[in-house]
Amino acid sequence: MAEAKKLRVATCSLAGCFGCHMSLLDIDEKLFELVKHIEFDRSPLTDIKTCGPCDIGIVEGGVCNAENVHVLKAFRKNCRILVALGACAITGGIPSWRNNVDLWDCFQEVYHYGIGLEKGQVPNDPELPLPFDKVHPINEVVRVDYFLPGCPPPADAIWKFLTDLAAGREPKLDYEMLHYD
Amino acid sequence: MSQTKTFSLDGRTIPFEEGETIMEAAAAAGVYIPHLCHHPEFKPHGSCKLCTVNIGGRLGAACTNRAAEGMQVESETEAINADRLALTQMLFVEGNHICPSCEKSGNCQLQAVAYHLGMLTPHFTHFYPSRDVDASHPDVLLERNRCILCELCVRASRDVDGKNVFGIGGRGIKARLIVNSASGRLADTDLSVTDRAAEVCPTGAIIRKRHGFTVPIGHRLYDRRDIAEAPVAGMEGPKRG
Amino acid sequence: MSKQDVCDLPGIVARWQHDSANLVQILRDIQESCGTIPSDTLDQLAKLLGVPRVRIEATASFYAFFHAESHGAYEVLFSDNIVDHMAGKEDLKQYFCERLWLEPKKLSEDGLVYVDDTADIGLADQAPAMLVNGLAIASLDKARLDLVAELIRAKKPLDEWPPMLFEIPDHVRKAGPLTGEAFVPGAALRAMIARGTEATLAEVEAANLRGRGGAGFKTATKWASCRKAEGTAHYVVCNADEGEPGTFKDRVLLASHADLVFEGMTACARVIGAKQGFLYLRGEYRNLLERLKSVLAGRREAGLLGQNILGEAGFDFDIEIHLGAGAYICGEESALIESLEGKPGKPRNRPPFPDRCGYRNQPTVVNNVETFACAARIVERGGAWFAAIGTPQSTGTKLVSISGDCQRPGVYEYPFGVAVQQILIDCGAEDAHAVQVSGPSGTCISFREFDRRIAFEDLATAGAFMVFSRRRDMFEVARNFTHFFAHESCGFCTPCRVGTSLLKHTMDKLAAGKGSAYDMNEMKKIMHVLRGTAHCGLGHTAANPVVHTMEKFPDAYERRLKRLDFEPAFDLDGALATARLITGRDDEWAHIADEP
Ligand SMILES: Cc1cc2nc3c(=O)[nH]c(=O)nc-3n(C[C@H](O)[C@H](O)[C@H](O)COP(=O)(O)O)c2cc1C
Ligand code: SF4
Ligand code: SF4
Ligand code: SF4
Ligand code: FES
Repeated sequence: MAEAKKLRVATCSLAGCFGCHMSLLDIDEKLFELVKHIEFDRSPLTDIKTCGPCDIGIVEGGVCNAENVHVLKAFRKNCRILVALGACAITGGIPSWRNNVDLWDCFQEVYHYGIGLEKGQVPNDPELPLPFDKVHPINEVVRVDYFLPGCPPPADAIWKFLTDLAAGREPKLDYEMLHYD
Repeated sequence: MSQTKTFSLDGRTIPFEEGETIMEAAAAAGVYIPHLCHHPEFKPHGSCKLCTVNIGGRLGAACTNRAAEGMQVESETEAINADRLALTQMLFVEGNHICPSCEKSGNCQLQAVAYHLGMLTPHFTHFYPSRDVDASHPDVLLERNRCILCELCVRASRDVDGKNVFGIGGRGIKARLIVNSASGRLADTDLSVTDRAAEVCPTGAIIRKRHGFTVPIGHRLYDRRDIAEAPVAGMEGPKRG
Repeated sequence: MSKQDVCDLPGIVARWQHDSANLVQILRDIQESCGTIPSDTLDQLAKLLGVPRVRIEATASFYAFFHAESHGAYEVLFSDNIVDHMAGKEDLKQYFCERLWLEPKKLSEDGLVYVDDTADIGLADQAPAMLVNGLAIASLDKARLDLVAELIRAKKPLDEWPPMLFEIPDHVRKAGPLTGEAFVPGAALRAMIARGTEATLAEVEAANLRGRGGAGFKTATKWASCRKAEGTAHYVVCNADEGEPGTFKDRVLLASHADLVFEGMTACARVIGAKQGFLYLRGEYRNLLERLKSVLAGRREAGLLGQNILGEAGFDFDIEIHLGAGAYICGEESALIESLEGKPGKPRNRPPFPDRCGYRNQPTVVNNVETFACAARIVERGGAWFAAIGTPQSTGTKLVSISGDCQRPGVYEYPFGVAVQQILIDCGAEDAHAVQVSGPSGTCISFREFDRRIAFEDLATAGAFMVFSRRRDMFEVARNFTHFFAHESCGFCTPCRVGTSLLKHTMDKLAAGKGSAYDMNEMKKIMHVLRGTAHCGLGHTAANPVVHTMEKFPDAYERRLKRLDFEPAFDLDGALATARLITGRDDEWAHIADEP
């Protein structure tokens, strides 16, 4: 890779399980190689809370509540290239299992019958992100440039993908790196 | 012996026997044409349209169009594969395909065809249907949200098992798999886990209970082998050279 | 046709010879006499007919007119073509619902009435129109709806309603050899017997008659190939499904010129050697059934049907009427045959075509109503007479069903080759801006193309001609048609089953003012897949309305686009509404503001 300007990368996890982020870290010693070429902006890895202008935004997880939309839109606004990382960002994933359950029933289950709750009230705190009727993949909310599937995507796939992007190549995955689970 | 008849498929000469479809002749010659509703043991159906090919300038399904002498067929073109990809994506958004939690993952033909076509996203807006899941049968689970309406189970039950356990009800986007019982429950049909219909499903819509996730990831049918090389258990490999 | 609670199932099954091939007819009779097809009826039918329940359920759940839940004593269905909308359908429907204190798609609380929409019912010249318990009432206005509401509230059985409510005028505005000249029943058959069968086929060939159902296939070629095809029996089928929105000329032929149609079928039977024929009549034309049956009875009496027709030994032929049950796709000939065989109307794989493998897998000719009417005239008067009318490639006359923004909607019989401009003058459409030729599956032409001609070599048409004035929003026209196709897709093949619904959702998104250029591109992509890979004509043409209007009326789309880049696929703020309700929140964070 050329010793060019470092690519600024932001990451976030919406309705996901951080598994994709774990996989990102799982590239192990290659991380050292990678940070030669990229620097992190907002990310659970850096603890920077808001996203500034970036080259690449990597989004894990689907969109399940209002806060997700705000974060996602900020990413879209600030990132030249937006990447959907993992099954949840791409299809809604495991959280979208709730799409077949009525939202009323979800709340009932959580706040009335939930373990450790005694006929709890549904909270109305504005601090709590308000959930959507259904969980959606991020490309149903903003335009997405690249998709990297997997649950999580294999570390090698992430490595290949990012190094391709950093080198200005169209990312391409080998058969064995392409997985939906 | 009479002279063998042939047609051209992407420039390759493919021999065929009178009455064979393009799909059958191609498979016999070891050439893969993507497909989902086709299965060599059953009557051609022609509904998924994954096998669309260009036959002398017109698009048509390889699994239902008969081969003819001198026919010029194109299959592996960029345009056709783009259509196939779009069709596959349509099948994904029409149902709920949450592969990470699906027992069929790794052995699923829908998923494998999507891998083959390099699908990175289902692309279209998801329908997120709410179709009935039927766990009533002691040995077989019916997860209709993964059904692609290929009617292989319908054909297998009717033509091989002689039972008529399955059918398609409704129409249009509301079409759905129905079963042969007044209650609508699979348990009240005469389906047996040993039926051909119970194992023929290309997706995770009909699943044998207690058999999920037994093969470790990495060793499943399509983990390392493209469906083009390992089409389907029982139908791989060239019949004729 | 008042609905009874008891249903004589064994009687109905016996009337249809215990033959599961007649399942659609059996289900129709059950629906008509009981008002519903309850689930346990399916089990009883399975036993009586000796077929698996799942097959009966597949058929019962396919057709729009069959339902398991009760629609009350009066089921009122408003025709939903764009032409009905232009004539005030939505307001009238709302007015009617208010009069009866009910909501559409919900059985009234007293269990008396159910109101809903249905695809175009073949009365576009008399829009808006509706079906009450399957019977058509046209030219709706408040006064007529007041009367209907009163009759319903008084629980008057339908057969006691004033007959004038059900009167449907023909509105033939320009007559020709099919619609305006007297026909003596038997005239064609006598000419045929005198001339001989081979020579008669030669006359049809010389006439260069081409199918009037849309595809324009040469009729003589079809008959000759069916005649040659081997089989244990041959069949003649008249396609009277006329489901293309805006088309109603077959209705007029059947209402007033049925002898011509039946005579054409009988001549065809003689050519191909058929003993049995079917008229597949769309369910929406239920009101024509008794009249048609009496024409058939008259023809039997006159020796024009039955054994030894006109005294010719071995010239045996009869016609049975089958009714459809609300499925546009059953106009597609192989889906029609599936329906005749008691199955869901899903198009078969072709080849083989019906001329070799049709009804009960036997050689079958399927022709349109108008084609048979033309054939009768040709057999009567000779091929040269016919070939002299129209253009060399498109001989004879064409019935055009005119509706929409014009002063004189109705049926016009023109020699082929007539210019659109001429038709517009004749029907009184001064400010025409666009014409939908041949219905949603046909072509939308703009005012720039009004010099084009009705002919197979230019504007091929099955007959519909819907006129839109400058006042009309062509986007809404396309959206209405897109909904029609999504509703009528049989669901057999992936591209059409999914693609028509994707198109519908995208058009609705644009209509809600939430579209972007991205959505326009998406529609183009879906259209491409539909045209290329769909299984039958419905899917191939389902994107036409959008393609044509996008191309010819781009403004209608562009002014709706919210922005150029991208808009979310769903209504973000709307998707929070349920959670707002549950939590009782309405704070700033409980909303997602629309971006400017
Ligand atoms: C979706 C679809 C609907 C059709 N509907 C009708 C119809 O209502 N009436 C008709 O005569 N032909 C209809 N057709 C055409 C028929 O398939 C067939 O071509 C025609 O009945 C042949 O008769 P003809 O040669 O006399 O035109 C339809 C075709 C398609 C694909
Ligand atoms: S059926 Fe196949 S594509 Fe669908 S969720 Fe299961 S593995 Fe994935
Ligand atoms: S259940 Fe499986 S085999 Fe049956 S139609 Fe659905 S996808 Fe095909
Ligand atoms: S194109 Fe549409 S109507 Fe035709 S077979 Fe396919 S789904 Fe059915
Ligand atoms: S494999 Fe040919 S249409 Fe499905």
